Amino acid sequence: MNFELTDEQKAVQQMVREFAREEIVTKAAIYDEKAEFPWEIIHKLADLGLLGIIIPQEYGGAGMDYISYALILEEFGRADASIALTVESHNSLAANHIYLAGTEDQKQRYLVPLARGEKLGAWALTEPEAGSDASSIKTTAVLEGDHWTLNGSKSFITQGSVAGICVIMASTDRTLGKKGISAFIVERETPGFRIGRKEDKLGLRASDTAQLHFEDARIPKENLLGQLNQGFIDTLRVLDGGRIGIASMAVGIARAALEDSLKYAKERVQFGQPIASFQAIQWKLADMATQIDAARLLVHQAAFLMDKGKRVTKEASMAKLYASEVAMRATVEAIQIHGGYGYIKEYPVERYFRDAKLCQIGEGTSEIQRLVIARQLLGREIS
Amino acid sequence: MKIIVCLKQVPDTAATIKVKPDGSGVETEGITYVINPYDEFALEEALRIKERLGEGEVTVITLGPPKAKEALRTALAMGADKGVHLSDPAFEGGDSYATAKALARAIQGLPYDLILCGKQAVDDDAAQVGPAMAELLGLPQACVITKLEIDANRKKAVVHRQIEGASEIMEVSLPAVFTAQKGLNEPRYPSLKGIMGAKKKEIAEHNPSSLGLSPEEVGLAGSKVKILKLSPPPSRATGKILEGEPREQASQLVKLLREEAKII
Ligand SMILES: Cc1cc2nc3c(=O)[nH]c(=O)nc-3n(C[C@H](O)[C@H](O)[C@H](O)COP(=O)(O)OP(=O)(O)OC[C@H]3O[C@@H](n4cnc5c(N)ncnc54)[C@H](O)[C@@H]3O)c2cc1C
Repeated sequence: MNFELTDEQKAVQQMVREFAREEIVTKAAIYDEKAEFPWEIIHKLADLGLLGIIIPQEYGGAGMDYISYALILEEFGRADASIALTVESHNSLAANHIYLAGTEDQKQRYLVPLARGEKLGAWALTEPEAGSDASSIKTTAVLEGDHWTLNGSKSFITQGSVAGICVIMASTDRTLGKKGISAFIVERETPGFRIGRKEDKLGLRASDTAQLHFEDARIPKENLLGQLNQGFIDTLRVLDGGRIGIASMAVGIARAALEDSLKYAKERVQFGQPIASFQAIQWKLADMATQIDAARLLVHQAAFLMDKGKRVTKEASMAKLYASEVAMRATVEAIQIHGGYGYIKEYPVERYFRDAKLCQIGEGTSEIQRLVIARQLLGREIS
Repeated sequence: MKIIVCLKQVPDTAATIKVKPDGSGVETEGITYVINPYDEFALEEALRIKERLGEGEVTVITLGPPKAKEALRTALAMGADKGVHLSDPAFEGGDSYATAKALARAIQGLPYDLILCGKQAVDDDAAQVGPAMAELLGLPQACVITKLEIDANRKKAVVHRQIEGASEIMEVSLPAVFTAQKGLNEPRYPSLKGIMGAKKKEIAEHNPSSLGLSPEEVGLAGSKVKILKLSPPPSRATGKILEGEPREQASQLVKLLREEAKII
């Protein structure tokens, strides 16, 4: 057992921490207020290799391990969770799906530009009528000669309006339910592919979220990603990695809440003493710190097993469930510690609170995580 | 073109520094260390020169404890080619002179066309290692530079120096020692690939004997200046809020500035 980070892991953590401090933190409130996609920062991320973190070097990525990935996303979560979500969904969902299921030709054509950060990726499963019950998606793909024809709509798609390359899940055999779902690589310029409404969100406002519409969109036959009708199985594997990402981001948000609270509690004087001297405040801080460490340990456990090549469905779900609940609690307490100042936009804790909420919803709600964990515990026969 | 960059690992400029109760040094617990910011300008300039010329080699050199290797790794991750680490308990506690002497000796054993340093290290602010090293190596020097242009034949350089109220432009024959000032460039961050590649790059280790120096010539023993004691700066007195009508406040203020602050 060894809790020590390697030299590379420490170096990556330090680099991203400094980058976030210099280039992100001071701008987060502005991008949030304007709900603007931070292209300027994204281009810098691309230059540093942060859009291909877990993709091997042979495909243009940095070839780093999941522990490093978790460390990076924690730092982004701490600085600006919108950036964390952008980096996470691009890396874990879009790029990783192509890496896990793509042919060599698909990897050269689509994974390389994603990993190099020349294009952004989006990954679309959710539909207006299929959220938690993702296997009931209604988007269809029909093979017609040398191409697939896609019809349907996707909702809440991160990078929906800014991505150059999208991975789209569609039903290829309605009679087979989740065993009739396949994945497709769809380029932005595809005729019949239209970007719909951009969502106006509670939090993560600098992350792009949009609807996608397919009206007889024609996709080359060879853009089927993975085996026909195996899309849902690949999706679950992709989400294992994604949940480690969301969990890391949640730990980062919770840490932001704690760090700001510590600072404020020492500075704010009431009844002639810093509020940090009141036991009621101390207990909040102690609980926040303890839960954050516990959450991080769950995240690093899942990342460690992932690096060992193990299946981490249960561990990733546990990390995501626990870390997102911790982030929510910590950000609520951070506002409480800041009092009225926590409720206004002059202090960033209200943003942490708004951003944290998504961690309990995206890539499977907390309810669905419990379902996944229970299923792993009980086995298939019960559920 | 072979460029040598000297760098020092220092406490992060954002860290709060506490002096040890006995005044013998500063508390190191919980402090993160970084490359001295001025040395980063020097390194960035070296990397840009190499990139501009399309050839060359950047060697980074540091004198410091084993932990200082992190600074070399960061520099290698940013793009430097090789590292040299002067690491031995005998080097510890040295002043600017002892440090410059050891660095100069290590540099004498390397090929170079240009040596770049930061104008000063932000921990002790002595600003002497660069110039002292130039003297020991018998090289021309220009300190606190904000611009550096290498001549086409690579025999000389034109540098801009910040001086009081003006900028001084100098032509210097190479090889030379230049110390970097803020404004020279905007240092890059190490990329992920750079970090992954850094572990494969070579770092040469030196102790006094491998440099042909005796233990008495380095570190505290070889120093001309000894630090007797460190003490924290006096804590700032709390501010005063003047009360009353503007007219009364103004006369109180003048009185305080004259009698207490003694600045008018
Ligand atoms: C900002 C943002 C970004 C997103 N990005 C993406 C993306 O990039 N790609 C993508 O495909 N999707 C994305 N999503 C969609 C997200 O994954 C879904 O919103 C999520 O899975 C929940 O689905 P739903 O919104 O339809 O809620 P529903 O499934 O309708 O759930 C409503 C409530 O019912 C509960 N519930 C549902 N079923 C059960 C059950 N069996 N047992 C107990 N409780 C249950 C849920 O937990 C929840 O509390 C994003 C969403 C948001 C808000």
